[in-house]
Order: sequence, then structure tokens, then C-alpha cells
Amino acid sequence: MSSKKELIISKIRSGVVIDHIPAGRALLVLRMLGITGREGFRVALVMNVESGKLGIKDIVKVEGRELTKDELNLVALVAPTATVNIIRDYEVVSKFKVVVPDVIEGLIKCKNPRCITNQQREPIKSRFRVVSREPLKLVCDYCGTIHDLGDIEKSLGIT
Amino acid sequence: MGWLGRDVITVLDFTREDLEVLFTEALNMEKYAKSRLDILNGKVLALAFFEPSTRTRLSFETAMLRLGGSVIGFSGTEATSMAKGENLADTIRMLDSYANAIVIRHSLEGAARFAAEVAESPVINAGDGSQNHPTQAMLDLYTMWREFGTIDGLSIGILGDLRYARVVNSLIQALSYYKVKLHLISPEPLKPRRELLEFMSSRGMAYDWTDDPYKAIGDVDVLYVVRIQRERFPDPMEYERVRGAYRVDLKLIERAKPSMIIMHPLPRVDEVDFAVDSTHHARYFKQAGLGVPLRMALLKLILGGDHE
Repeated sequence: MSSKKELIISKIRSGVVIDHIPAGRALLVLRMLGITGREGFRVALVMNVESGKLGIKDIVKVEGRELTKDELNLVALVAPTATVNIIRDYEVVSKFKVVVPDVIEGLIKCKNPRCITNQQREPIKSRFRVVSREPLKLVCDYCGTIHDLGDIEKSLGIT
Repeated sequence: MGWLGRDVITVLDFTREDLEVLFTEALNMEKYAKSRLDILNGKVLALAFFEPSTRTRLSFETAMLRLGGSVIGFSGTEATSMAKGENLADTIRMLDSYANAIVIRHSLEGAARFAAEVAESPVINAGDGSQNHPTQAMLDLYTMWREFGTIDGLSIGILGDLRYARVVNSLIQALSYYKVKLHLISPEPLKPRRELLEFMSSRGMAYDWTDDPYKAIGDVDVLYVVRIQRERFPDPMEYERVRGAYRVDLKLIERAKPSMIIMHPLPRVDEVDFAVDSTHHARYFKQAGLGVPLRMALLKLILGGDHE
């Protein structure tokens, strides 16, 4: 990490650093991870900083909470370029690029208003199977409706 | 994988071999379709019809009774606790504790899959929204198999509402296991949805589309007609625009092969002229009749009734 960035946020002892997030998507990344800020652990967010790869980018750091690879891969839906660094005792113990998982549960609302998952009073969560990653294409496991990147971004509130 | 204890949510949950086991069993069951075969004594089938039905519900009921089992259930939600606001999951849990299997019809897509996740007993989808109607497709293929002795090699025209009719979705899924020539015939606004078109291309199914039944009629062995699904149109004006857009009458079938058969899942509205009923082409009433042995076979395979 460059000293320029350290001016903004210090290194974390253990946790996760999600780097190379497309600029402006850091808050959505937190939403994908289910982090509201009320959980108590430390979260740092950097938006619109210079990046060699992306021009400008966002970075998210989460300290004191273990996130599984499956949880972290959900970030790929809103930040396909993101890389994850797992930190323990100030050292990067693993590093990987996020990939959209095979199944996505509960995060995206099915666009078909007649889908059972859109019923308010049923104990049901949406569930999508990824049928293509490039271009991104998901299919609702219940009603079979195809969702493209545009539908997913709309459901997640990305315009 | 076999049939015992299986849910029937879509045709694609089964293989071609599974379907052929079912057809052979259904042929066997035809002998008992007007008598009684006590192989499901003591078993209870729950019929949860949240949406109207005549043939599907009554043929399931008849099939269960002919096999010696019993039937509980409802048709419409007025007389049940759903009128008090009970949800689908709770209703299914209750039926699950009473019955050995549940047949569900619902207006929402994915309702049957959800019910199958809630229930431990096998769940049979008798139609969910405009999504699937697998037992109808099984019956349709069985009818073709009975008529022609094979399904491979047939030229099949599907005429009507290809957009909202769930039977079309399930029929095409089922036909994907066979080598058939497909002619899709519909008014432009009722062309198949993207999901179905992508399914066909993913399975390498060859098809053509026309809005003119006269162009396809001479080539088909089976003309499968569906009504316009008025109740599924989001906009009633859209329905008015396509209503009465096609009609199978004596003039049309004059151009058909002598051996061509006309099928229809019923009910019909005005898309098949009554005059066609008395021609040797009409098979829709026979098709509906085969619904009993087909569903007897299905219940026997799922609930595990043994007989000599």
C-alpha cells in the first residue's frame, strides 16, 4: 500500500480489505456484505482515490469481522473488478479476485411481480442461479425469469 | 432416479427414460381407468387448488379413487382459512401433516417449488401461474405416443397463446427430449417469452414461427391448440387486441394431412370450431380422457403402489 493512502486510513490489524472497487460503489459493497455500520466493528471507506488499474476506485476495510469467501464473492455483483485481501496481524494472508457465486440468495428482488418470492407474507427468500458470468445472467430459481446485469443493478438500486 | 417419493415441479426434473416408464405404466392403467385397483388403500391425496380447474383436479381425484386411495382438499380459497389471511406456507404445512402427497395449483409462478420446499410429502405441480404444468405435458406426450407409437420424428404445430400458456412452456420442455419438428404459430404479441426461446436454443431445438396457421397446417402431424389466457394478461386492452385472432375450423383442416390430429388441453373458448369435434382429426376429448390413467400411473409411481 502506498503512503498516500495511509494518509487517509491506517492499516488494519485483522480483517478484510476490499480493493479495486469501481468508484462510487463502496456503499453498495457494504450492502452486499450486509454491513450497516450498526454492528459495532470498525469499517473504513475510501472513495474516489487514484488507481493505476481503474483510474479512480473505492476501497473498503472491515476490521474485526471474519467474512467467508462466499459472502465476499457477492461483492462481484456490484464490483466485478474487486480484489479481496484477508489480513491477520497486519499481514496479507490471502488475496483473491471476487467471482459471482453460483447461487445468490436473498439479495436481489425478482423482477416478475407474479413470482412467489415477491409475496410479502410468505417465509421465502429470493434465489437465483447464475447461468452466465460474462455477460452476467441470473435465473430466478422459482419462476425462471431471466435477469441481466441491468435488472440486477436496478434491483440493487444502482443507476 | 425413479419416481418414488419425487416432487413433480417441472418436466425437466425428469428424464426421457422416466417419462417412458410413466407412459408404459399409464398404458397398463388404462385397463383400470373405469374400474378399481386397490393399491393405494389408506393413502390420502390433498388437492390444493388455489385457482380454478376442471379436468386436472377431477382427473387427479378420479385417479386416486380408482387406485383405492382417498382425497381431501379445496378448490378456491373462499371456504378456507386463506380467506382469513393464512399464507401458502402454513396451508401447505397443514396439508403435509394430513396427506401422503399434495397436488397444488396456484396463480403465482414458483408457488409449487416453494410448496415442495415447505412440505416433506411429494408435491405435484398442477399449474403455477404461466410457468409450468408438467402433468399436462406428460399427458400430451402420452397422447402423441399412444396415437403414433412414437414421438421422435413428429412434426408438431403449437397454435395460440405461446406467451402466457403454461402448458406450452411445459410441452416444449418435454418435447426437448425428442427429435421433433416444431412450428410455432401465434399472433405477434403472443410469441413465446425470452425464457422459452432461450431454452429452445440451449437445447438445440429447431423451430419456425408464423402468425398464419395456413402456412404450417399442411406439414404437421399434431396441431396443438391453446386458448388465449385472458386471466394472465397484465392489461385487458392487450387481450382485446388479440382476442379471436385465430380459429381452427373445417376450412383450415381441409389442408391438413389425413392423419393429422388436433389436441387441446381444454377448456376451449372459440379457438376450435365445434364443427371440428366430429372430424376424425379431433383428439382433445380423448386426450382429456387419458388424463385419468396417466395420473393413476403418476400416483402409483410416486406413492409406491404395487400390483401384479
